[in-house]
Amino acid sequence: MFSHLVLGLRSAGLPASITEYLTLMGAMKAGVADYSVDDFYYLARATLVKDERHLDKFDRVFATCFKGLEPTDVLKVQDLPEEWLRKLAEKFLTPEEVAAIETLGGFEALMERLKQLLAEQDSRHQGGSKWIGTAGTSPFGAYGANPEGVRIGQDKSRNRTAVKVWDKREFKDLDDTVELGTRGMKLALRRLRRFARQGAATELDLPDTILATAKNAGSLDLKMVPERHNTVKVLLLLDIGGSMDDHVKLTEELFSAARSEFKHLEHYYFHNCPYERVWKNNRRRHEEVIPTWQVLRTYGPDYKLVIVGDGAMSPYEINMAGGSVEHWNEEAGSVWLERLTGHYRRSAWLNPTPKQSWGHVRSINMLNDVMEGRMFPLTVNGIDDMTKELSR
Amino acid sequence: MAGFKSTERYIASRDLEVAVNAAVTLQRPLLVKGEPGTGKTVLAHEVAQSLGIPLIEWHVKSTTKAQQGLYEYDAVSRLRDGQLGDERVRDISNYIVRGKLWDAFEAEKQVLVLIDEIDKADIEFPNDLLLELDRMQFFVYETRKTIAARHRPIVIITSNNEKELPDAFLRRCFFHYIRFPDRETMEKIVQTHYPDIRKDLAREALNVFFQIREVPGLKKKPATSELLDWLKLLMVEDLPPDALRSNEKHVVIPPLHGALLKNEQDVHLFERLAFLARRGN
Repeated sequence: MFSHLVLGLRSAGLPASITEYLTLMGAMKAGVADYSVDDFYYLARATLVKDERHLDKFDRVFATCFKGLEPTDVLKVQDLPEEWLRKLAEKFLTPEEVAAIETLGGFEALMERLKQLLAEQDSRHQGGSKWIGTAGTSPFGAYGANPEGVRIGQDKSRNRTAVKVWDKREFKDLDDTVELGTRGMKLALRRLRRFARQGAATELDLPDTILATAKNAGSLDLKMVPERHNTVKVLLLLDIGGSMDDHVKLTEELFSAARSEFKHLEHYYFHNCPYERVWKNNRRRHEEVIPTWQVLRTYGPDYKLVIVGDGAMSPYEINMAGGSVEHWNEEAGSVWLERLTGHYRRSAWLNPTPKQSWGHVRSINMLNDVMEGRMFPLTVNGIDDMTKELSR
Repeated sequence: MAGFKSTERYIASRDLEVAVNAAVTLQRPLLVKGEPGTGKTVLAHEVAQSLGIPLIEWHVKSTTKAQQGLYEYDAVSRLRDGQLGDERVRDISNYIVRGKLWDAFEAEKQVLVLIDEIDKADIEFPNDLLLELDRMQFFVYETRKTIAARHRPIVIITSNNEKELPDAFLRRCFFHYIRFPDRETMEKIVQTHYPDIRKDLAREALNVFFQIREVPGLKKKPATSELLDWLKLLMVEDLPPDALRSNEKHVVIPPLHGALLKNEQDVHLFERLAFLARRGN
C-alpha cells in the first residue's frame, strides 16, 4: 500500500527494510495511526527512520510521495556574505577603481545588482558578459576564464587554481557510514591503540589465581587484573570542499574506520589549510566556527593530531597572511600548522593523493616540510607507517 | 487500550505519543535518542506510570555485558561452597543469579523495562540482545531451561549517541528522536514543573537560557533538566527578574550559572562572548 514510500526512501539512501515496512503495516492494522495524516507521518517516521541524520531526508521523501512535491535544493545566492565581496575588492582593486565603484553606488549596489540579475534570470545561461551563467566574462558565474570571478552554482572545481570559491555550498558533512573496504584500514588503525593496563580490577588473572590458590593450600584465592582500555586520544582535522572533492570518498572511509576505533576521537573541519578557525558542522560552517585557539586549549598535548587533506592549494595559502581562499586570515597557514604541531607532540598529515604525485605539487612539499616529513599517503601502508610514527 | 498521553508532569509532543503507542501496541522496543537532559529516562517512568505497570530499570555502564541482563552463573561461590562441603553445591540453580530481563520475563503481569544509555556499553552489546528482545526468551545453558516471557514486556531503550548501534538491532526497534523543545513547549514544561513561578522571572530566565544555547562551540549545551535546576535555584534564592539582565559592567554572566554551564571552558567562553557583546553595545 505504501510501498512507494519505502522504495522512495531506499532510493534516497535511507536503509529502510522489508521488516520495517511490515512493522509499519502491522502498526497501521493495529490502529496506531488512527486515520490521521499527521499520526501516520509520525508513525512512519518512528518505524522507518532509525537515525536522526536521516530525518530530514525522510521528510523530503514523505512530502514527495504524498503531496507530489518535488524535492528541491535551492542555492541561496542571495545569502552570499558581503564580507567576501569586500575582501575581494581589497585584494584586486586599485584605490582608483574602488573610488569608481563608490561613485556607482558602492558595494551594496554591486550586491544589489547581483541579486537583481539572479532574480531576472530564469534560465541557464552560458557565454555573454552580462548574465550570471557559465563560461562568460561577467564577474558573476562559473567556469569563467577570469580567476577572480564570483563562482556560483558550480558543482566541481574545474581547475584548481581559482582564487576565490564563491559557492556557498552545502559541503555535505562527511558521512561516517562507509563501512565497505575499510576493513584493511581498521586493521592498520588498530596499531594506534595502545593497550594500557589501568582502571578498576575487572578481569580474572588466571595464572596468578592458580599460583595464589596453590600457595594457599588449595583454598581459592582470586586475583584480578585491570581490563584493557583503549587510551588513545585522537584529534582529527579534515579538509573539506574544493580540491578535496575527489578525495572525499577516501576520507569518508578513513573517518568511518576511525569512528569505531577510539574512545576519545574529536574531529573538526577546515578548508585547504588550518587557520584560526575550524568548524564541527559543515552545514553551518559560517555560523558555528570555533577558534583554533579553543581547540588547542581544550585538547591537551596527549591527543594525537591527524590532519587529513590533499594539500593541493596555492602556496600563498600556506605562507602568506591573508592567503586563504575563504576569508581574511591574520596569520599564515604555516604559522597555524607550526602552532598545532608544536602543541601536539604526536602529529601526522594523511594525504589521499598518490605519493608519486606529491613531488609535482609545490604546496605539498611545503606542508611536508612544516610537518617535518610526517606526511603519509592514505593507504593501508601509509596508515601503518603513520601509526608507527604516532605511537612511538 | 489506554494510550500514552502528556501528563501534568511530562509534556510529550504528538510524535512521541505516536511512537510510544506504536511500540506498546506492537510490543517492540522503542529506541529514544536526544540531547542529554531532554527527558529520555523520565519518559520511561512516565509511560510506566500512565499505563499503570511496574518499571524495571537496567542502567547500562561501560562494563555491562548483555549476559548480565539475563543471568549470571556465580562459579566462584559454588567452588568455594564445594570446598567447604556445603549441601547447596549439588544444585547448580542455586548459583544462577537472575538479571533484570529474567525478572521482567517472569513477572506476573506486563512490565516496562528501561534499558538506559545502551550506547555506554561495548559495541557488541546490542547485538547480543537481538534474539532476547525479538523473541522475548533466552536459554539458560547451565540448567538447560528456556526462560520465555509470560507477558511481553514493553521495552524502552535510551541512547546518547556515543556509539553507533548495529543495523540489525535498529531494524527491530521503533525510533524516536527527542528534539530540543522550542520556546513554547519549554514554557509549558516550566509551567508543569513550577506552577507557581513568577511569570516575569520565567520569561527572563528563558531568554537567558535560549541565548546561552545559541552560543557556538559550547561543549555541553544546557538542556531541559539544567534549565529546571537553574529555575529552582533562582526561585530558592528569590532573585528578582532584573538580576538576570543586569547592565552592570562587571556582571557579564547570569547568576547561579553553575547550574547551566557545566565546565570551565564553557563558562570562560561565555564570559568572553558576553563581554564582547557588551562592549559592542
